[in-house]
Amino acid sequence: MKQVTGRPTALTDKPFHYCPGCTHGIIHRLVAEALEEDNLRGKAIGIASVGCSVFAYDYFNCDMQQAAHGRAPAVATGIKRAWPDSFVFTYQGDGDLASIGIAETIHAASRGENITVIFVNNSVYGMTGGQMAPTTLVGQKSTTTPSGRDATLHGYPLPVCEMLQVLPGVAYLARVSVSSPAKIRAAKRAIKRAFAAQLRGIGFGLVEILSSCPTNWHLDPVKALEFVDNQMAAQFPLQVFRDFE
Amino acid sequence: MAQSIGEQSMGLMKGNEAIAEAAIRAGCRAYFGYPITPQNEIPEYMAKHLPKVGGVFLQAESELAAINMVYGAGGAGVHVMTSSSSPGISLKQEGLSYIACAEVPCVVVNMMRSGPGLGGILPAQGDYFQATKGGGHGDYHLLVLAPSTIQEAVDLTYEAFDLARRYRNPVMILGDGLLGQMMESVTLPQPKAPLPKPPWATTGCGDGEPRVINSLYIQGDVMEERTKRIFAKYAKMKQNEIRFENYKTDGAKIILAAYGSTARIAKTAVDKARTRGIKVGLFRPISLYPFPYDELSEVATEAKAVLTVEMSMGQMVEDVRLAVEGRCPVRFYGRSGGIVPTPQEILQQIQAIWSHIA
Repeated sequence: MKQVTGRPTALTDKPFHYCPGCTHGIIHRLVAEALEEDNLRGKAIGIASVGCSVFAYDYFNCDMQQAAHGRAPAVATGIKRAWPDSFVFTYQGDGDLASIGIAETIHAASRGENITVIFVNNSVYGMTGGQMAPTTLVGQKSTTTPSGRDATLHGYPLPVCEMLQVLPGVAYLARVSVSSPAKIRAAKRAIKRAFAAQLRGIGFGLVEILSSCPTNWHLDPVKALEFVDNQMAAQFPLQVFRDFE
Repeated sequence: MAQSIGEQSMGLMKGNEAIAEAAIRAGCRAYFGYPITPQNEIPEYMAKHLPKVGGVFLQAESELAAINMVYGAGGAGVHVMTSSSSPGISLKQEGLSYIACAEVPCVVVNMMRSGPGLGGILPAQGDYFQATKGGGHGDYHLLVLAPSTIQEAVDLTYEAFDLARRYRNPVMILGDGLLGQMMESVTLPQPKAPLPKPPWATTGCGDGEPRVINSLYIQGDVMEERTKRIFAKYAKMKQNEIRFENYKTDGAKIILAAYGSTARIAKTAVDKARTRGIKVGLFRPISLYPFPYDELSEVATEAKAVLTVEMSMGQMVEDVRLAVEGRCPVRFYGRSGGIVPTPQEILQQIQAIWSHIA
């Protein structure tokens, strides 16, 4: 019998702690597959952030640093500047990246840091129990917007890719989702493209991945994926914002 | 002079520049910082000279970013440094707490200015508590060294990188605007090569076991073990890194206790008082954490009074009282807001105490 698939070598054998129906597990696997296929595991340093993916250092089978909330791009900058030949990626959620860490994100992008940011957007603070995030949709209920996000009170969802696309330091920028097998394949292509930007040393790469949170959205996993497709993608359109030759 | 001293071993240098040069000679190969007066000559010197030795200089977008870049580079095994002044050091406290818990070596220079708040740009010593008692959240300490001359700042900075690596703990050079801005003649140490990459550093694991730099331990017993491990290092620091100076303390009835810039002013006051027949000496802590409690206790045994002098409303005086343990009165004289005490002011304090005990 021939084995046609298996666990990527860039993942440890530790079981994920993620909730049923959460797509963090798929995204971890895509990142790990890309690391393995590009033979990057041995020179990779990953940065775990604060949020649901805080334990990413337990799952990625490469050197890892755990960063303070929002500071992953700064930590990545320190490592990459110290060792330019290493491969450095961050794995951050929307609370971490788009709220407390937006300054670090913008400035790392603006400097054209040769790092890769995996930005998982599920429109909510997952780990702390479903509070409003900068990416929460208008009208979307959260534990801190119990009547739904009201733009006049809470502002509007923050479009990270649309903000970053004007920066010349950005080499690759795309928004994808993992709500169907076809979209998962497209997401992996985007991740590998962002990796390629770093390997070529041509600037900052970020892939925003729309992700589901059945637990805090109070939806079953299938309905949560429908929410990603119908509600989130309407606010955060899937597209490649910046690419290179 | 400062521009060319890189090739020389002696010269007249500004404190901030001398510290930067000493860091490069100690093997510092990465600097991340953010402008703030009165320490700007440190990043400026680094921007100019660090790339010449293959080092990295980067002006960060904030103090938060700078200290987290330090965390990244330090975790990746590079001799790394940042510098700032009081309000900027406050912003670095979150990062320092993570760095201490994750056991990442780094050197942090604080050229203190007056506060609280935005305060002013004049020299002060109001960050003693922050520097020595932890500063950020949780159970940890920095190894804190307080030079009182530019030569001493050079020597301590030169040693700080090795100490940071040895203990895998941040080392703080605690100076003030006076030390940073004045010029003195210094002898610079020989440049040394950075220590090799340590095995724990995250530089890409190749075919080996992945390494993790982390400060998250969500199980109580594991976190307690981690904290105990860190405190075992502090116990070693207390055995090996206590530094102090006794100046004319033999037979002294009054002991001045002062550190940093204030200590050199206090020395002048001691000399003036001695010419008036007052038996006074100076005890100068150099390591503020670990604090030389036993050594101060010893010189205070024969004393009738201790006078602590600081450019603050009274911070180190609490450690002085802990050392003296009530065996004699501990007086305090401080100036704040950026006002530097004069030898004459300190002399008056000494004379007032002497008139009671003589």
